[in-house]
Amino acid sequence: MKKRTPKAIGRVVPRKEGRAKVTGEAKYIDDINRDDLWHGATIRSSVARGSIRKITFDPKIPWKEFCVVTAKDIPGKNVVALIEGDQPLLAETRIEHPEEPVLLIAHPNKEMVTRARATIQIEYAAAAAVLDFEKSDTVFKSYSVNKGDVDSVFRRKDVTIVEETYFTGAQEQLYIEMNGVIAQASSQTGVTVWGSMQCPYYVHKALKALFQLPDDRVRVIQTETGGGFGGKEEYPSMIAGHAALLAWKCGHPVKLIYDRAEDMAATTKRHPSRTRHRTAVDKNGKLLAVEIDFLLDGGAYVTLSPVVLSRGTIHAAGPYLCDNVRVQSRVVKTNTPPHGAFRGFGAPQSLFAVEKHMDRIARVVGVAPEEIRRRNFLKTGGMTATSQVIQQKLDLSGLLDKALKKSNWKTKREKFLKHNKTSKIKKGLGLATFLHGAGFTGSGERVLASKVAVEGTEKGTIRVLTANTEIGQGTNTIFAQVVSDALKIPYEWVEVAQPDTARVPNSGPTVASRTCMIVGKLVERAALELEGKLIDSGLLEKNGEPSQFRKALVQYRKKYGELKGFAEYIQPSHVNWDDQLYRGDAYGAFAWAAYIAEVSVDTVTYCCTVDRFTAVQEVGRVVHPLLAEGQIIGGVTQGIGYALYERVVWKDGRMANNSLTNYIIPTSVDTPTIDVIFLEEPYEPGPGGAKGIGELPLDGPAPAILNAIENALGVEVNHIPLLPEDLLRVCEAGR
Amino acid sequence: MKPTFKLKINGKAFAVQAHPLERLLDVLREQCGLSGTKEGCGEGECGACSVLLNGELVNSCLVPIAQAAGAAVLTVEGLASKSLSALQKSFLEHGGAQCGICTPGMLIAASALLKTSRRPNEKKVREALAGNLCRCTGYQNIVESVVGAHKESR
Ligand code: FES
Ligand code: FES
Repeated sequence: MKKRTPKAIGRVVPRKEGRAKVTGEAKYIDDINRDDLWHGATIRSSVARGSIRKITFDPKIPWKEFCVVTAKDIPGKNVVALIEGDQPLLAETRIEHPEEPVLLIAHPNKEMVTRARATIQIEYAAAAAVLDFEKSDTVFKSYSVNKGDVDSVFRRKDVTIVEETYFTGAQEQLYIEMNGVIAQASSQTGVTVWGSMQCPYYVHKALKALFQLPDDRVRVIQTETGGGFGGKEEYPSMIAGHAALLAWKCGHPVKLIYDRAEDMAATTKRHPSRTRHRTAVDKNGKLLAVEIDFLLDGGAYVTLSPVVLSRGTIHAAGPYLCDNVRVQSRVVKTNTPPHGAFRGFGAPQSLFAVEKHMDRIARVVGVAPEEIRRRNFLKTGGMTATSQVIQQKLDLSGLLDKALKKSNWKTKREKFLKHNKTSKIKKGLGLATFLHGAGFTGSGERVLASKVAVEGTEKGTIRVLTANTEIGQGTNTIFAQVVSDALKIPYEWVEVAQPDTARVPNSGPTVASRTCMIVGKLVERAALELEGKLIDSGLLEKNGEPSQFRKALVQYRKKYGELKGFAEYIQPSHVNWDDQLYRGDAYGAFAWAAYIAEVSVDTVTYCCTVDRFTAVQEVGRVVHPLLAEGQIIGGVTQGIGYALYERVVWKDGRMANNSLTNYIIPTSVDTPTIDVIFLEEPYEPGPGGAKGIGELPLDGPAPAILNAIENALGVEVNHIPLLPEDLLRVCEAGR
Repeated sequence: MKPTFKLKINGKAFAVQAHPLERLLDVLREQCGLSGTKEGCGEGECGACSVLLNGELVNSCLVPIAQAAGAAVLTVEGLASKSLSALQKSFLEHGGAQCGICTPGMLIAASALLKTSRRPNEKKVREALAGNLCRCTGYQNIVESVVGAHKESR
């Protein structure tokens, strides 16, 4: 009888690096110390726009002991290579935003760095800055999605038109580990950078351009990373470049770690947005024509804004069926630090608007919020705004029913109605139904052409080689689960290599809910390829037991040396996308969800609290129930912060509240019990049937919470963040 | 010359030379080789730097070394003896650690609570951890880890 290894996918296996994390052994970048390290610091602009006139160095500081780097010291191109290459690594004369890096200093003694840093004076010729994105006329990128004929519907006399504008604010990723790197560099050996990051190959690409070095002279190694959420997608290229320039010039390894204040003021945030909806509905609330104008504040440089805009645009019409849709979108320039990647990537903004708008339509038409959605849901065979036909089995009404039932929607809504008549604490329930596409948009994955490898070790175990990073979400664990099931070997026999561009192939960035669905599938294929080689060698029989596999692998290694399996991304044949028309299959698969928030609003203090939260989603096969649940709960909590707590206060283009004292994220007492339910509809092209999950939970909480507040108070609120003072203003204006 | 301070960290005697105002956090991390204690804000808001000072929960970023002279300090490295503590095991079992950067501070804050209350309920745990920020977990699985810790100790 053949011994069976229990399947790893679907089971709660121990997190690979869990032990190191609970003992304090896990080494994050700031935990790494060497005696020869110098400490770096970045000197930044204090104005939003202008040009540098003069830089003064205080003569009381022993500058001879320091290394000072300006743009002139850059051996290659002074750009952060990403999409447009418009962002300099160090400003030369032109300043485009506050906190723009101007020069770099390093010294062996950290205290000296702190002292010297404060004494450098930069004089500017200031210029007028554009700070209000609604008034900016510099467009970085625009898209237009068209389906059917919107205009002829709007001309009809028998339709009801519902219009409104919605706003969302900036949001700080606030990973608890700040950005940081250590760099070692010289013209003889090239450049090596260790650091906290999501995408080692992004950093690799940026360093190559900066130093004009070939592939093999640049090496990037990810160290244990204390959260990213998009905030360590593009920014590490900047800080890595800075540390490497200092190291290149001073001849010592340089450590560059931001403190919280610098990290908050200088690095990327979620793009603020404004979305206008104009919708034509019939008397039953059926959507007849949808027109959406979506605007994002890009900040001073293009960076990732076109991609963020794209995702926001594609998600803007929500999970609804409408034959006539027009989405027009733009991301514009302002003189603030560039906005960037943050979990959800444009979708939380546009989904906030559409989900608020659905409640508005429901009110205008006079039907319940759950009913308006039901009447318009996409179904299998239906077409999204980009004319993507939903091929998979899709039952949004079923998903919604589960959420309504779990949250006790009907009973509670009735009960709260009575309760609110007599109480100063008003209670309400609100919902949001939404979707999130997994992987890069459209042709993105084809262009990326990700590669992965797995190798057999001398001990007969397997090591996974990818550039995808463990940043808390569980990459190490799920990759090991996938290999374990593919090869039918114990989970414990699989390890995941530290991402190091000298050792792992480029499997693309760790973003876009792609790691599990896209890269996980490649890992599965690479493992099977390795098994195939073992079978072809005659050392392993087909369907051998785990112990035979291990023995065969050890023998193979002894006889022939290295054994690796490879896989490269192939676009599934069902995915067709037209970049010109912005039409077609935007994503290989979507995750779908129905979220319900239960809130209390204190009408004396205007404080809103989320009392309970229900999150029901369909994400394909759940690879690891505990990790998946953790992703949802964590994402929902960030969404609660987005809606109710987190305000970036801007002053002349700069974040004024750049500290944890003044920028408030949810704590354990602000966070409700979050009920998480997964419905599983296996997606064949994903590993074991999995789809993406990471970003989805940030899309739904904000609209669900605001809809709940409206339910509680009977006033309409169309902007987030909604702090007590904002709600007070809304209520007073309504009086 | 910087003065010398003696203290006991995780049961082991240390003598460190430091400016009296140097933060306990930096002394632990840079001089004692105990990098498990993390810095998340440097201003007493995040709890990543939590340690026990003579049994009391403190933010080590706010404690000058002079104030810790002669004290007994417990850091995350002192939680496990030969094997993991019940609390650490419970964090692994309930998914209490994701990126792990808040975990040392959470473990220390939770162990302070568990010293006074062996089987705290959810509400108590949430209150006890309110000074420790986590951006990954949404707290629920951390709370469950602490509530469930007593089961692990059997
Ligand atoms: S680092 Fe001490 S409380 Fe944040
Ligand atoms: S696990 Fe990442 S901050 Fe708590």
